[in-house]
Amino acid sequence: MTGLAAPSSTPDASDAVYAHDIPAERPWSRVLKQGQTLRIIDSEGQQAVDALLYCAEDPAERYSSQDTLRVQGSAYVELGTRLISNKGRVMAHLTADSCGRHDTSAGCCSCESNAVRFGEATKYQHACRENFILELSKHGLTKRDIVANLNFFMNVPIDPSGAFTVVDGISAPGNYVDVTADMDVLFVISNCPQVNNPCNGFNPTPIRVMIWDPRET
Amino acid sequence: MTMAQTKLEISEANRRRYEELRAAGQELTPKGLPDATPLDGVPISPDAVVGREQVPAGWYATVRLRRGEALRIIDDSGRSSVALIGWREEDTSERVNCADTVKVQWSAAVSKGRVLLSDMGRVFLSLIEDTSGAHDLMVGGSTPASTRATFGATTRNTQENFLAAAAKIGLGLRDIPPCVTFFAPVSLDTEGRFLWMSGRKRPGDFVDLRAEMNLVLVLSNCAHPLDPARPAATDPVTLIRYRAPPPGSDDPCRTTSPEIVRAFEFTDRLFA
Repeated sequence: MTGLAAPSSTPDASDAVYAHDIPAERPWSRVLKQGQTLRIIDSEGQQAVDALLYCAEDPAERYSSQDTLRVQGSAYVELGTRLISNKGRVMAHLTADSCGRHDTSAGCCSCESNAVRFGEATKYQHACRENFILELSKHGLTKRDIVANLNFFMNVPIDPSGAFTVVDGISAPGNYVDVTADMDVLFVISNCPQVNNPCNGFNPTPIRVMIWDPRET
Repeated sequence: MTMAQTKLEISEANRRRYEELRAAGQELTPKGLPDATPLDGVPISPDAVVGREQVPAGWYATVRLRRGEALRIIDDSGRSSVALIGWREEDTSERVNCADTVKVQWSAAVSKGRVLLSDMGRVFLSLIEDTSGAHDLMVGGSTPASTRATFGATTRNTQENFLAAAAKIGLGLRDIPPCVTFFAPVSLDTEGRFLWMSGRKRPGDFVDLRAEMNLVLVLSNCAHPLDPARPAATDPVTLIRYRAPPPGSDDPCRTTSPEIVRAFEFTDRLFA
């Protein structure tokens, strides 16, 4: 392991309590218990992973992009970033990151915003918002509960003038990010189906998720 | 032609379209935006005024706007910031969406001629007048935690104002989206760290927001969490609700880019 990738506690794949390949364009969700670590692996590279977190005990408490950025004082999600809820509590934090920079300002794609951005013909393409609505419905949640999400492996530089661009993903095949839960959280993913901008290299691909229990100390 | 070739050709065509949109959105569109409104410009005709109120420091107001009405928000002292959220009156699951607003307009900075979008690909509010262009869509309002960190005790804050206002119309915590804060000059350096550009605030700065659908808005007059002048930043702000002139075919807000023209088409269909 090199560079940013490896805190000394990097777990062994064989110790994982859960592993699953999320096909291209599909959603996924699971409750992480406090202390568990979720690894999201960009199996083939340049794949944006949209994510939402809810407090498992009371899902009205959920990830808040603005609280997260305010507490951090800067605009990008990276190693060490604490993911803050709308009640100001730390829900989880990034404990490893072999990619380097993730977004939480660009939101998720939707049929409706695609039609605005790329023309009405793109309205009938699958989108993250569809994924989130369907996956959240399994947990009694609705469109009301979709808030500004995290975009792992998505590269959205913002310059001092405010110019805001989704550019080519910077993640290489096998890059990963580890998120360790600070409370029991419902973690919801949309493996982004977007084909109209560079966030997925114009070619959505599968990702892998793995979960580890807290290490014995 | 093989499937693989077709897929590659589609992705290459999509990449070309994206690059064309980006070039237009970041190079052409900003050049066509109107200049900022002068501080003493565009007085509201008394006949057009529907209502006027002052919101004390730390407090909030709930304002209903019909499509075509506008709200002027005035930072009388030059020391206030006003955070805004809102919903479409007929379906409150549709709400202002900061992420789509910045993504569709290729800019995290809004100013005169720009719009705020809903999460449904429609235009929520248009910035028909704006003296400062110094507004924040990234950091959001104050919260119990942010005021505790700053003042050592929880003070009145935007998060609780939003919750109280939402509750009074049958909504709750689940319905509070990320907010837009006016008169909050947040910028960022090349590393992404946030900066407060206090030189971009002046007494009397105002912004006029034209409703593009029927809306319920909540405005919170609390110091922005990055404002170094807080807690001294405690002054009332003025809200003036008025009937805006009907937009012409050359309306600056409706014609900034192909994306925004489409967003207005989709919005107009609600009322067709």
